[in-house]
Amino acid sequence: MQIKRAFRVWQRHAKVYTKLYKSSIALNFVEPILYLAALGLGLGAFVKEIRGVPYINFIAPGIIASSSMFAATYECSYGTFVRMTFQKTFDAILATPVNVDDLIAGELMWGATKSMLYGTIIMTVISLFGLVHSPLVVLVVPLLFMSGLIFAEISLMFVAIVPGIDSFNYFYTLLMTPMFLFSGIFFPIDTLPPVVSKIAFFTPLYHLVNICRSFASGMPSASVSDVAWVLIAAIVLAPYSFRLMRRRLIK
Amino acid sequence: MHIISAKGLTKDYGSLRAVDHIDFEIRKGESFGFLGPNGAGKTTVMGIIYCFMPPTSGAIKVFGMDVAEEPGKIKSRIGVMPQDDNLDPDLSVFENLIVYARYFDIPKKVSSALAWELLEFVDLREKAHAHIKNLSGGMKRRLLLARALINNPELLILDEPTVGLDPHGRRSVWERMDHLKSKGATLVLTTHYMEEAEKICDRVAIMDSGKIITIDSPSSLGAAHGGTLEDIYLKLTGRTLAD
Repeated sequence: MQIKRAFRVWQRHAKVYTKLYKSSIALNFVEPILYLAALGLGLGAFVKEIRGVPYINFIAPGIIASSSMFAATYECSYGTFVRMTFQKTFDAILATPVNVDDLIAGELMWGATKSMLYGTIIMTVISLFGLVHSPLVVLVVPLLFMSGLIFAEISLMFVAIVPGIDSFNYFYTLLMTPMFLFSGIFFPIDTLPPVVSKIAFFTPLYHLVNICRSFASGMPSASVSDVAWVLIAAIVLAPYSFRLMRRRLIK
Repeated sequence: MHIISAKGLTKDYGSLRAVDHIDFEIRKGESFGFLGPNGAGKTTVMGIIYCFMPPTSGAIKVFGMDVAEEPGKIKSRIGVMPQDDNLDPDLSVFENLIVYARYFDIPKKVSSALAWELLEFVDLREKAHAHIKNLSGGMKRRLLLARALINNPELLILDEPTVGLDPHGRRSVWERMDHLKSKGATLVLTTHYMEEAEKICDRVAIMDSGKIITIDSPSSLGAAHGGTLEDIYLKLTGRTLAD
């Protein structure tokens, strides 16, 4: 794999994105803001606070994490699948000096970049609403790239094995949605039976939520182990994405 | 000098043998056509040449290099015009060329001048900023040809270059291929049109069921078997018009 060639793929995606973002970017921010408004303000009127924190402030950092996650997964599930099959973009790219591994690395890098970008924008919006306690939250930005890499890696593994685009329903319904609901964004999961926390430990979003929350509240030391988890998982998962995607792409 | 030499080349897809122990050599500057019915293995051979898929067994060298060892170097000297339209639908005609040039590490200044030149060559200059979806089938084929030329390739691979085109569109692609031939480019193509093969190819390989039945120039084939290239093709591939 050559980073320079992977970067060419990244550049192609960035070029297409900068042409199209105007038609999609607003929608991407509506959803997180809706969650914040509906749950933060609506439910928050009843819940008041969790562990001494106003409810909307409790969920706000988690929304950074989930927006960042969905940015990478949409990009590297539907996005990658469309490029690979319907648009045949991969066929076009692979006829150039870019090889299969460069292409896979480019997809991952782009997914991670989008994850970081979307997380950062939501972070800015939430900060402007005054929902973030500490400026230390900016330190989360590079970590969003690493967690974005994990989400991109998981998505690519799925792309590598699905027979058709409809199969992503399974990915979202059985994997992403439960992860979104039980990662501690909306309530502390230790109030649920211990088995839930045990499962949550193996999901990247749970750790990312912890990271966002601890940095946003000015206590980064509380999530040292979560940071380590994210860094290790991003590295450990990579070979599996490469292996599965190679099997799909090399005929 | 041989630009491509293949010996015992074989490709299996699972239990299906798509290419079955074929040998061929393609000389620098010649135009070589692979003919054969659908499923004969033509596109697979093309894919192996431009390092898109690895052979199952056998040896193939392109520019004297093994496809498994130096795919990046080989591909940097090849231009590929695919059978399917795989243009970037979100980019304009001009941007398609610029983005493609970048994969070959061609700097923007150079690629931009080159892109205009190529758009001129394929008569798409006034369409430079058009959306891909607004191009006709013939324009798309011509843009794919222009894109295949962006790295100034020594070897051009054309997989059914005129598929689905009307007679005008076909002639317009042929004219470009003639021009490239006259400039000394090596062309390797597949086609179902015998008129195209006769017009463009110095030599043809007639394939069926993954094997090469014969390799020769269209004129020698005519002398040996009699009739038109189409008659010979139908005879050698075991099909008659009644099929």
